[in-house]
Amino acid sequence: MIELIIFYVFAAVLIFAATMVITARNPVHSALFLVLAFFNSGVLWLLAQAEFLGIAVVLVYVGAVMVLFLFVVMMLDINVAPLREGFARYLPVGVLVGAAMLLEMLLVLGSGELSAVGLAGGASEALGGVGTAQSNTALIGNVLYTIYVYPFEVAAVVLMLAIIAAIMLTLRRRSGTKHQDIAKQVHTRKAERLRVVRMNPEKRD
Amino acid sequence: MLELSHYLVLGAILFSLGVAGIFLNRKNALILLMSIELILLAVNFNFIAFSSALGDIHGQVFVFFILTVAAAESAIGLAILVVLFRNRDTINVGDLDSMKG
Repeated sequence: MIELIIFYVFAAVLIFAATMVITARNPVHSALFLVLAFFNSGVLWLLAQAEFLGIAVVLVYVGAVMVLFLFVVMMLDINVAPLREGFARYLPVGVLVGAAMLLEMLLVLGSGELSAVGLAGGASEALGGVGTAQSNTALIGNVLYTIYVYPFEVAAVVLMLAIIAAIMLTLRRRSGTKHQDIAKQVHTRKAERLRVVRMNPEKRD
Repeated sequence: MLELSHYLVLGAILFSLGVAGIFLNRKNALILLMSIELILLAVNFNFIAFSSALGDIHGQVFVFFILTVAAAESAIGLAILVVLFRNRDTINVGDLDSMKG
């Protein structure tokens, strides 16, 4: 019973935050409401016995991705007014499409196949629930580093690719700034730097 | 008692909000990226709900990979936005017509 109350409270806040993300006037407010949405979904994932992912979504999304979003939103000096034009015009279309998709999905869910399928209880062995031998994190690690080891490495490559792409896109060489060219420094020859001057000895008084 | 359908309905609502957000904010590239994040969050909700209902840990591993790909996608997307703003002084999707599309 207490689980249901927690679920409904956090789900209500999550839906409110998601609605504010797409309707807020200021992009900074949108980003902050998205942070709230991720926090609430982290709690809801904890409730569904995904403890590792519940913490990971707070660490990775709130801690890294949303900070990146906020950083970019505040760095770009955006004039909001022209970006809002067409909002009222597309409001009926957006609401219609969203409502239609929601209705379709709810019809599928309400077809009776899924009614009264409960989530796993507190002591489910396969998910590392309370009082079981292995924790949820250990269970994820067990499959992540054995069955999914190649996808795991591909994920690492994808992240590496993202780092390189983001840096290469935003790196900018301004003309006139002073910087070292390591290759030039290494390739230099003695003849380019050192000049031996031969001069006649001067006569002593 | 908490049921599978609670999470699936919540995921459906989140997905619809994300799709509606793409329609409403079709000029603002930043909010478009945030709507995509909402849609991916809805997908993750479904994975976790089924993982919990079936007692199968593999669904949670997939959520882990989705988180990875989503983080990479938003990092590159935001980098492209920064370059775009530097070159065109706007992130209005309507103004991006240099390819005469």
